[in-house]
Amino acid sequence: MSALRQIAFYGKGGIGKSTTSQNTLAALAEMGHKILIVGCDPKADSTRLILHAKAQDTVLSLAAEAGSVEDLELEDVMKIGYRDIRCVESGGPEPGVGCAGRGVITSINFLEENGAYDGADYVSYDVLGDVVCGGFAMPIRENKAQEIYIVMSGEMMAMYAANNISKGILKYANSGGVRLGGLVCNERQTDKEYELADALAKKLGTKLIHFVPRDNIVQHAELRRMTVLEYAPESKQAQEYRELAKKIHENAGKGTIPTPITMEELEDLLMEFGIMKKEDESVIGVAAAAA
Amino acid sequence: MSLTAEQTKTRNKELIEEVLSVYPEKSAKRRAKHLGVHEEGKSDCGVKSNIKSLPGVMTVRGCAYAGSKGVVWGPIKDMIHISHGPVGCGQYSWATRRNYYIGTTGIDSFGTMQFTSDFQEKDIVFGGDKKLEKLIDEIEVLFPLNKGISVQSECPIGLIGDDIEAVSKKKSKELNGKTIVPVRCEGFRGVSQSLGHHIANDMIRDWVFDKTDPNKNAFVATPYDVAIIGDYNIGGDAWSSRILLEEMGLRVIAQWSGDGTIAEIENTPKAKLNVLHCYRSMNYISRHMEEKYGTPWVEYNFFGPSKIEASLREIASHFDDKIKEGAERVIAKYRPLVDAVIANFKPRLAGKKVMLYVGGLRPRHVIGAYEDLGMEVVGTGYEFAHNDDYQRTTDYIKDSTLVYDDVTGYEFEKFVEKIQPDLVGSGIKEKYVFQKMGVPFRQMHSWDYSGPYHGYDGFAIFARDMDMAINSPVWSLTKAPWK
Repeated sequence: MSALRQIAFYGKGGIGKSTTSQNTLAALAEMGHKILIVGCDPKADSTRLILHAKAQDTVLSLAAEAGSVEDLELEDVMKIGYRDIRCVESGGPEPGVGCAGRGVITSINFLEENGAYDGADYVSYDVLGDVVCGGFAMPIRENKAQEIYIVMSGEMMAMYAANNISKGILKYANSGGVRLGGLVCNERQTDKEYELADALAKKLGTKLIHFVPRDNIVQHAELRRMTVLEYAPESKQAQEYRELAKKIHENAGKGTIPTPITMEELEDLLMEFGIMKKEDESVIGVAAAAA
Repeated sequence: MSLTAEQTKTRNKELIEEVLSVYPEKSAKRRAKHLGVHEEGKSDCGVKSNIKSLPGVMTVRGCAYAGSKGVVWGPIKDMIHISHGPVGCGQYSWATRRNYYIGTTGIDSFGTMQFTSDFQEKDIVFGGDKKLEKLIDEIEVLFPLNKGISVQSECPIGLIGDDIEAVSKKKSKELNGKTIVPVRCEGFRGVSQSLGHHIANDMIRDWVFDKTDPNKNAFVATPYDVAIIGDYNIGGDAWSSRILLEEMGLRVIAQWSGDGTIAEIENTPKAKLNVLHCYRSMNYISRHMEEKYGTPWVEYNFFGPSKIEASLREIASHFDDKIKEGAERVIAKYRPLVDAVIANFKPRLAGKKVMLYVGGLRPRHVIGAYEDLGMEVVGTGYEFAHNDDYQRTTDYIKDSTLVYDDVTGYEFEKFVEKIQPDLVGSGIKEKYVFQKMGVPFRQMHSWDYSGPYHGYDGFAIFARDMDMAINSPVWSLTKAPWK
């Protein structure tokens, strides 16, 4: 058995992290790897395509019912899905109360202490949106994920988020050993999307590991709570995910320490590709009707 | 043998330089502002205060939670004060200030009990609002005679953003308008316990005064109503103060907050005069009552006969001749007791030098009591004073007095080692350090499990305790036999 690989998918909310990660992990499972998915998003939707379930019981909701996390057994929280992929959702409080970040820390500690990682080839963390606080940085801290894959697109906010996540990785890169594995561009069909994503990857000192084209078959599969790999294994899109899986597998140890850029550099990049117009001071703060 | 004021100033200034010389440059620069030598005629003590302590030094300051729960709210005996958060803060502050009270603990009074929401991991993750509601429900069942509840926030409450105000409002409504007060006194706020006092004062304003029907309690005013503000009844201090006010003809309608009740707090705006002992912790609410209800306030000092006499006359000056005569009567009545105490102890204590380091008002207020016994305070400092405290201190201290604000463990040890006072008055954290140095010591936060020290009765106990500490035969035995 090869050494345990720990990877994490980060990215702006709504970018398609969970969909991309589940499809890619299904492809890795197809290659014969034993996979554990740890969902670190309070929405708890990181495993639905693997489990064909709406949402699985989370570590934290079960802990709250039982009294504390110490009262739980691993079997209570771990579900087995497509191709024996093991699934755990951290869960968290409803929006507006408590501390979701602390929830992530609690859950990951519980999983480690209870041997959830035993026998797995891959542990994959699926982490909410941006790095919002220390809790959500847990998977990139010491002895956790070795490589981070940032799911992004050619949209401006997705690129901002990718840059911010790189800052989070940089912070822990020297103390821990976490590296940026690469960017995964989930096509949104924006202008010059591939070129922009590739340019951003270079600026961040990494590579665009794969450009996943947009295909409605992903949505069709999702409606059935399935990955494309399972829904339509012969489809072109399934092949794309297999390719991404293969690249990630071969990327072991090849991650880099990111070189996040400043806001100005990011805007310059967008201007270079004609996404953003050069700032015209005379129109700042002027309403459309007034112009 | 003894130094002149000028010689002492020079010695103290050199001592400050010596102490500062061991610090890194930046730290020395910052600490220098907190250490000074009093120059007669100056309007303050020449030290900065109410500034964040230096990282790396030993400070004995407390936190905002300590100021709110431990000082202001905790002594209100018929309310239940919830330490909201993990168990440690409530456990380690449990009944430590010796706020005496009359009542049946667990039935109608709760001063020495500890109530905590005992946060667990899941309460942090999912929020503690529901637990707080449940806790309030349980309190109502188990302790039906409680007259109100305060929620004292520990640090995590502020971090996770629990809405304790919403819970308090909801529960108060369910319980027919019961007083339930959310206090945002998270320990990380501010530089010391001082902010906790302020927050606690403000919550009394917002959640007791502003939410209580002024006619809730049957109250018949008299022209002689006063409220004692800022006496926490440590070792019975408020009791030995109250009798003096009553003997001079006043009616004490409230004690804030030692042995106090929520009804007394609610009635206080009806007082004719608020008499304020601990200025630092309760000047805020006194000022508010003056502005909003027109209740004047006056500071007083019941440590030692000189200050007691002056204070009784000052308080009486706000009333008619009946009270003024009453004050003179009280002073005359206790004169023989005072004379006897001084005759007994002054010969044993005269000329002894004292260094103090305490909180609140004591670094200045107790100086008169020592001087009544012929003793001299040569150094003093506050844990959490503001500039107005140091201004007031100039009325008490002599030229050349060494003044140290938020003194560090190292500085205080060094000062005492060099000055070699006959007594150090400070807290439990300092006690054994100085006793091991062979310096007599009294705890001046808790009265070293003695007290009261306020009032004439308190002065007799104070004199006895100081004599006991300084003249104990044990000090003649501390010399090593081989030396």
